[in-house]
Amino acid sequence: METAAINWHSFFFLLFALVACTFAVAMLLSSNIVRMAFYLVISLGAVSGLFFLAGADFVGALQLMIYVGGTVVVLIFGVMLTARAPFLRMRTGVAQWALAAIVGGCLLAVLLQAALSVDEWAPPSMVGENPPVSNTYTAAPLGLGVLGVRVDQLDEEDATLRNGMSGYLLPFEIVSIHLLVVLIGAAYLARTKRRPKEPTGDRQETVEPMISSGK
Amino acid sequence: MAEYLASYFDSQWHWVAYALVGLVQAGLLLALILTGAAVFIWMERKIAGRIQDRLGPSRVGGRFGWLQSLADGIKLIAKEDIVPAAADGLLFRIAPYISFMAAFSVFLAIPLADGWVALRMNVAVFFILAVAGLEVLGVVLAGYASGSKWSLFGAMREAAQVVSYEVPLGLCVVVPVMVVGSMDLVEIGRAQSGWFWQWLIFHDPFTFITFWVFFTCALASVNRLPFDMPEAESELVAGFMTEYSGFRWSVFFMAEYTSMFAVSCLAAILFFGGWNGPIPLATMIGLTPDNGALTEWLGNLLGMMNLIAKGFFGVTVMIWTRWSLPRLRIDQVLTTCLKYCIPLAAAMFLGAMLWLYAFPGGVVSRFVQTSPVGGTPTPVAVVDGKGGV
Repeated sequence: METAAINWHSFFFLLFALVACTFAVAMLLSSNIVRMAFYLVISLGAVSGLFFLAGADFVGALQLMIYVGGTVVVLIFGVMLTARAPFLRMRTGVAQWALAAIVGGCLLAVLLQAALSVDEWAPPSMVGENPPVSNTYTAAPLGLGVLGVRVDQLDEEDATLRNGMSGYLLPFEIVSIHLLVVLIGAAYLARTKRRPKEPTGDRQETVEPMISSGK
Repeated sequence: MAEYLASYFDSQWHWVAYALVGLVQAGLLLALILTGAAVFIWMERKIAGRIQDRLGPSRVGGRFGWLQSLADGIKLIAKEDIVPAAADGLLFRIAPYISFMAAFSVFLAIPLADGWVALRMNVAVFFILAVAGLEVLGVVLAGYASGSKWSLFGAMREAAQVVSYEVPLGLCVVVPVMVVGSMDLVEIGRAQSGWFWQWLIFHDPFTFITFWVFFTCALASVNRLPFDMPEAESELVAGFMTEYSGFRWSVFFMAEYTSMFAVSCLAAILFFGGWNGPIPLATMIGLTPDNGALTEWLGNLLGMMNLIAKGFFGVTVMIWTRWSLPRLRIDQVLTTCLKYCIPLAAAMFLGAMLWLYAFPGGVVSRFVQTSPVGGTPTPVAVVDGKGGV
């Protein structure tokens, strides 16, 4: 009589996984650049759904904020402002496809091998009736770890390890400064390429000939 | 609730119980925000009318025209759904739903009373900021896919505005989180239980100013006047909504009013005590968890009404602001954000941090020796090294 039961956890896991994979493939196959970005957003959003399903609220919200939100910003500032024509299409050559397939296939093989070799990541049916899902962790130890206070190492015997020598504050700051430099550089590069006369003027001739006659 | 219901079913039918509970909870939330949106639209027209010395809607449904939104809804559903020839059909059709979904999902994490929350998370504040930021995606897609100049201008303005205002908004939200020491909205609400001087807005002068910066940024992030750039009826026809008609157009409006209500509720929880009233009425008449499950339920019901009333008040202030202030230009909008809101928010963040360090335990509670149920706010300025919260 087990056939009547639906495990909602598995159901939503499969649903989100399916959505993520489908839209990832759709993004590859599409040639319309804004649609590609949209499919990417849906795929990344489904991945954040997987995180929420696993009880990792913080990582899920981070995924939404950084990856999904970041894709939106890339879509806006990277694509729309630099596109010379509306509804821009991108053509991908055969050589690029082949190269991408090799690199992607290798990465997939490595990841699959790694994922299947960890016993704790086996599906619940292999583990037993009650998979060990716990949602008791908070984000506080993570934030404290960034500040240099390793809550998880309080039991450490060695005093230097216990006193936050292994904090992440310095790497964190270095990465932040690095990102800031990259941002400023990107803004500078994007700025010099702008033509002064027609910020969005391209749209007029191609999309709406009637309106452009008034120019 | 799901486990309780599931105990009435055979084990192989547990999934039905979980599905039912999920549907009921989603349905309740949807009912709350859709009714809310209808009431807000009616309220907006009525208040706008009164401010402009008109009557506003006055025919449909009796004296105050209170059924006007319903009549409008029926009209909008019956209207033709037009997709422009130059539009990207798929994205054009799907964009309003993305906006609405983002605005709706915020309510998953907003507690309506102590523990009455669809999804209790220990990072609820962060989740809300992340999800609310997705609303811009729908607007940008709508503006781009419409194939119209006005729409694209609106979308670009929305992008610039929302992306910049997310920064001070995030900084402002951090201040109450820091004072309470938790990102869990239920915890933040509990920390403010008691009289109104326990509210975080009255915690110290910095939180007081933070609230006003928060409110300004919230106005901008939900695109209300004076930050009404993406829509800007008098410049851009209707901005990103220019090409929309019928039901999809109304979905955009529902998203807008839903997110207005959401940020008002968030402001109420972060700064105005959430479900804890100005006067701890529920505690006074004994509606506390100590006196049994029914009184706890009644107390929560009272708290929910309290929170919703505060949310309604916030939306009313937003409507009032809209019909009182003129629209800023886009450069003035960005100047307000980058030159005023961000430095102010950063200064308030620093100030609140120093204040917590100087007066751990708060100033008001030092002079007013009341100890309501739930205790006084316990600020965590110096983390004790055991996980802080």
